[in-house]
Amino acid sequence: MPATQPVIEIRNLVKSYHRGGQIVPVLTNITLDIQRGEFTALMGPSGSGKSTLLNLIAGIDKPDSGMLRVGGLDITVLNEGELADWRSHNVGFVFQFYNLMPVLSAYENIELPLTLTNLTRAERRERVELTLSMVGLSDRADHYPSELSGGQQQRVAIARAVITDPVLIVADEPTGDLDRQSASDILAMLQRLNTELDTTIVMVTHDAFAAKTARCMVYLDKGELILQPPVI
Amino acid sequence: MHTLKLIIRNALRHKIRTGLTVLGLLIAVLAYGLLQTVVDAWYAGADAASKTRLITRSSISLAFTLPISYESRIKGVEGVTTVARSTWFGGIYKEPKNFFPQFAVTENYIDLYGEYLLSPAERLAWARDRKGALIGRQLADQYGFKVGDVIPIRGSIYPGDWQFVVRGIFEGSDETKITRHLLFHWEYLNEWLVQRPTRKANQTGVFVVGIDAPDRAAAVSRLVDAQFQNSVAETLTETEQAFQLAFVSMSNEIIAAIRVVSYVVILIILAVMANTMAMSARERTAEYATLKALGFGPGFIAWLILGESMAICVVGGGAGLWLTPHAAAAFKQTAGGIFPIFAVSHATVVAQVACALAVGVVAAIVPAVQASRVRIVDGLRAAG
Repeated sequence: MPATQPVIEIRNLVKSYHRGGQIVPVLTNITLDIQRGEFTALMGPSGSGKSTLLNLIAGIDKPDSGMLRVGGLDITVLNEGELADWRSHNVGFVFQFYNLMPVLSAYENIELPLTLTNLTRAERRERVELTLSMVGLSDRADHYPSELSGGQQQRVAIARAVITDPVLIVADEPTGDLDRQSASDILAMLQRLNTELDTTIVMVTHDAFAAKTARCMVYLDKGELILQPPVI
Repeated sequence: MHTLKLIIRNALRHKIRTGLTVLGLLIAVLAYGLLQTVVDAWYAGADAASKTRLITRSSISLAFTLPISYESRIKGVEGVTTVARSTWFGGIYKEPKNFFPQFAVTENYIDLYGEYLLSPAERLAWARDRKGALIGRQLADQYGFKVGDVIPIRGSIYPGDWQFVVRGIFEGSDETKITRHLLFHWEYLNEWLVQRPTRKANQTGVFVVGIDAPDRAAAVSRLVDAQFQNSVAETLTETEQAFQLAFVSMSNEIIAAIRVVSYVVILIILAVMANTMAMSARERTAEYATLKALGFGPGFIAWLILGESMAICVVGGGAGLWLTPHAAAAFKQTAGGIFPIFAVSHATVVAQVACALAVGVVAAIVPAVQASRVRIVDGLRAAG
């Protein structure tokens, strides 16, 4: 892929939902490029379609029509199995409510995506320990999610998202459930990942403070792209 | 490794709920095993019946006796090796609750029952004592009878106070043989009858007929019955097993009810288990969606649920299986000899294992399919 080619290319993307026998349009003709190493914030009011767009980019939902390339691959043509395989190698997820497995320790949660790879146990251990230290939770490796604060849980979730070294990290309201201080820490961590590891991040937020962390903002309203101003 | 870890930890997540489900399974598997063992015990006599023994009785009813003059004619039938007489005595030992069978038999009766092991000395002692009796080991152990003891029996069909001296204790050739009965001399009973105004003298309840080959049972039976066709006491000859089953068939409805109850118990625990798994799967919708988002396939999700269900069933069913023989032994002791053979058969154990595994699989099917099919975006909405 040439260096100038966007990592995410979206062309005329359309998505609608069927509710109560009616078709409700959610996204209308979205066309958007996101460059490799970009940190993009998707903003907009509730129901604007930003989470839907994020889900489509992450390959956990399918558009009605249009083209969506991630890393040069048109993911709209992949079937469920291929999409699952693609996600495991290319996408890291950070959710608003962390979505950690409550029965697994911080270490095991971070290791989870690696069990889908061919890495040996020793290789997995090395990676997990490195990632744990990166998010500052080496001393909490054996703690279960219920024994961690919200901020710490989100750091575990970030560690789980980056452990496979994905092309893209999608974050859906990653600070929505956190206090201001924890939110700042998480945003700083995402920013660091973006700058130090050159990881492409797409983050949904309706928090202007969180959005300022991103280098690029995309506004959606009623399923339409409003503008794409660079963040200064 | 992660899969197993997730399965076990998920199973232990709600300890009370899982514990109660395991307990329910334990009880269900145990109850199923015990009920099936009761059914088996009912058939134990028929199962242990010999293929080389026929029973000739009155074709009208067992309540009617046959003249002993038939004996020589039965002996003359080709294929017949031995003919012994046996009459149901039906007496009471101390109290009606102390029921055990007593038979008035001819001496050669014991020759027909090779599965009853008796020393020659004891047999001789019995033969020499008109009031002598032989008792089985199970009966001896139940009441503590020893050789030389006098067993008082109050006659019901043959009124009076009878006394029998234990001259020998026969053992069963294996644990499936029922040895919970008393045998005494048919002549002793007949002498008593001869002195009374009754038509039962010189009569026998049944003839036990030994034959030379099991495959000739049907032919010999027909030939025996043909001898007495159109006589005042027509006979019905059948294999010992058929004879025993005829007894069991009198309790067919009870046995059928026990069987149905044993299946109902399994169906109830299946419903409980299915509900437990459905609740667990529903609570974890967001987790399954997260796993799918991370790249785990629908098969992995289904396997997590199936594995959890199987783990619960293996523990509960295993505990039930382990407990069944102990409970059966306790039941046998408490039942006071109603079932002389009350052992959990291999077939019952296999059925218990099959039931436990089937419950595990069936209970997981619907939640596993639903969870594996959940759309990621829908499942993630359940978080928070």
